[in-house]
Amino acid sequence: MAIVAQSSKAGRISRATLAWIVGLLFFFPIFWMVLTSFKTDADAVKPEFLFFFTPTLENYLNMTENYDYWRFARNSVITSVFATIFALAVGIPCAYAMAFNPSRATKDVLMWMLSTKMLPAAAVLYPMTFLTKSVGLFDTHFMVIVVLMLINLPIVIWMLFTYFKEIPKEIIEAGQMDGVNTWGEIREILIPLAWGGIASTALLCFIFCWNEAYWTVRLTTTDAATLSKLIEGNRAPEGLFFGRLSAVSAAAVGPIVVLGWFCQKQLVQGLTFGAVK
Amino acid sequence: MGRIVLEKVTKSFGDTQVIPPLDLTIEDGEFAVFVGPSGCGKSTLLRLIAGLEHTTSGKVLIDGEDMTEISPSKRGLSMVFQTYALYPHMTVRKNIAFPMRMAGLSEEEQNKKIEAAAESLNLTDYLDRKPGQLSGGQRQRVAIGRAIVRDPSAFLFDEPLSNLDAALRVGMRLEITEMHERMKTTMIYVTHDQVEAMTMANKIVVLQAGVIEQVGTPLELYHKPCNLFVAGFIGSPKMNFIMGTEAAHMGAATIGIRPEHIDVVEEAGVWQGRVGVAEHLGSDTFFHIHDTGLTETLTVRAPGDVQLKHGDIISLNPRTELIHKFDDKGLRIA
Ligand SMILES: Nc1ncnc2c1ncn2[C@@H]1O[C@H](COP(=O)(O)OP(=O)(O)OP(=O)(O)O)[C@@H](O)[C@H]1O
Ligand SMILES: [Mg+2]
Repeated sequence: MAIVAQSSKAGRISRATLAWIVGLLFFFPIFWMVLTSFKTDADAVKPEFLFFFTPTLENYLNMTENYDYWRFARNSVITSVFATIFALAVGIPCAYAMAFNPSRATKDVLMWMLSTKMLPAAAVLYPMTFLTKSVGLFDTHFMVIVVLMLINLPIVIWMLFTYFKEIPKEIIEAGQMDGVNTWGEIREILIPLAWGGIASTALLCFIFCWNEAYWTVRLTTTDAATLSKLIEGNRAPEGLFFGRLSAVSAAAVGPIVVLGWFCQKQLVQGLTFGAVK
Repeated sequence: MGRIVLEKVTKSFGDTQVIPPLDLTIEDGEFAVFVGPSGCGKSTLLRLIAGLEHTTSGKVLIDGEDMTEISPSKRGLSMVFQTYALYPHMTVRKNIAFPMRMAGLSEEEQNKKIEAAAESLNLTDYLDRKPGQLSGGQRQRVAIGRAIVRDPSAFLFDEPLSNLDAALRVGMRLEITEMHERMKTTMIYVTHDQVEAMTMANKIVVLQAGVIEQVGTPLELYHKPCNLFVAGFIGSPKMNFIMGTEAAHMGAATIGIRPEHIDVVEEAGVWQGRVGVAEHLGSDTFFHIHDTGLTETLTVRAPGDVQLKHGDIISLNPRTELIHKFDDKGLRIA
């Protein structure tokens, strides 16, 4: 606030202009995608129809009728919701333990968790494929949920840890003196106090799960296939089906964009790791 | 019941030993105060009793039962923290009810105890507020209320008044002392304020660097400090220490005389000096006397009506029978 109040008018305007340019730059691909989704496949590749064309809903109708959009959407919801729930169920006790009963190794454990994100996914693609196929978990919800949960667990624990650190240790200790066991402490004190942080962590985890493509595309075929798989299935190198592809993509990112829009405040807070209070 | 015994308790953080082996007994119903300079291990000792810190070795016994490995929630003690540590998401009523709810008391019983606690702590009008809407003094009373309702075998206080202003501190001091008179429950109170220690305690434990220097009643510590540290720590203003020939005359390495045991006299006295700064409290005046040839400055406590100007040359008479003598190791000579 103070910085804004002090800056000159010119500075304010140029900053606003810059923000708008960056914003539009990021928004443009989405805008174009939505625009294209209302064109026929033929119109989509014609430059003369860039902005002026006869809009059609054909792509969307086609999608729900021929590709079973709702099955993919349902799979996306199921896997993202459960992966998020499980990630929190593991992450909250874990972050609680590290935030309030740290040992000498806590910092190292946190670093190690983060370092698992540095492993290139491609390096374990074949082991994962063979493994899931040989134990019969290939293309099941269970497997997708487990994979999504595991790849997001480090970031979930990091975020929760940062939030829990902000809770005064004495309040947790007061709980112990008042005769609560560990679970009661988590349920009665920790979760209500860190509610905002837990919500933004959950939201972010959900978004990451929803958008995940590498594993969901490769470890599913039909039964557990998510919207990422649907988009991938409509990809054609010749670019003949741009209209259709755009419609599928728009329908896939739509729910998450709407969700993100409504939870903007939580998200900003989550991404700045509690720096905004 | 609440008899607390520490047996050869030690505590180290990493490689640094904060509490060397320490034995201490606090009898049932006692008001014990841990006092000492900052960083001497008062809080650590209290937290060892509470179970919030693990002992490195030794035993903590409560009413004869070995509690060393028992979690804080099962020790039956209550604690009041310096920062109040109220649950910010709960109303005052819910804060006070919390330990009872965890213990599974009936709603009816809970309400009865809440009303009683609120009444005695003047909180009745605030029961539906959140802690954030209360003043510091009110918050601390809520914390005390939360501690009372679970009928602990002992109360632990860690500098509960140090975040309050001076006037409020005196009021709360009285309230806590009165509470102890009424309930007769063991209380252990940590403070670095020796006035609090003197006014509240039945038993004062003076600590320095994790070591117990002396244990005794306030007056025992005042009249018979066992070493230089305790002598200098207890009493305000501080005891004057005199070394050199004056001490050697009395067969000691150091002698100590409290400011209130030196009289300003008209006629020629034992010591002479020049008046420096005078601190007027109204009832008393503290004079800082220079050029006595004994120490850098000698503090003298005189009645408030004694009028002396800066630079006046005055005579002083120590009350010889109240002089404390210490040997070259700083220990009291009987
Ligand atoms: N968690 C900890 N890790 C490492 N050292 C600690 C820890 N807690 C306390 N100490 C050290 O132990 C010593 C005693 O600390 P303690 O908090 O008991 O002092 P205190 O007497 O309560 O002081 P104060 O009057 O300032 O509260 C200090 O030197 C402190 O640095
Ligand atoms: Mg302390």
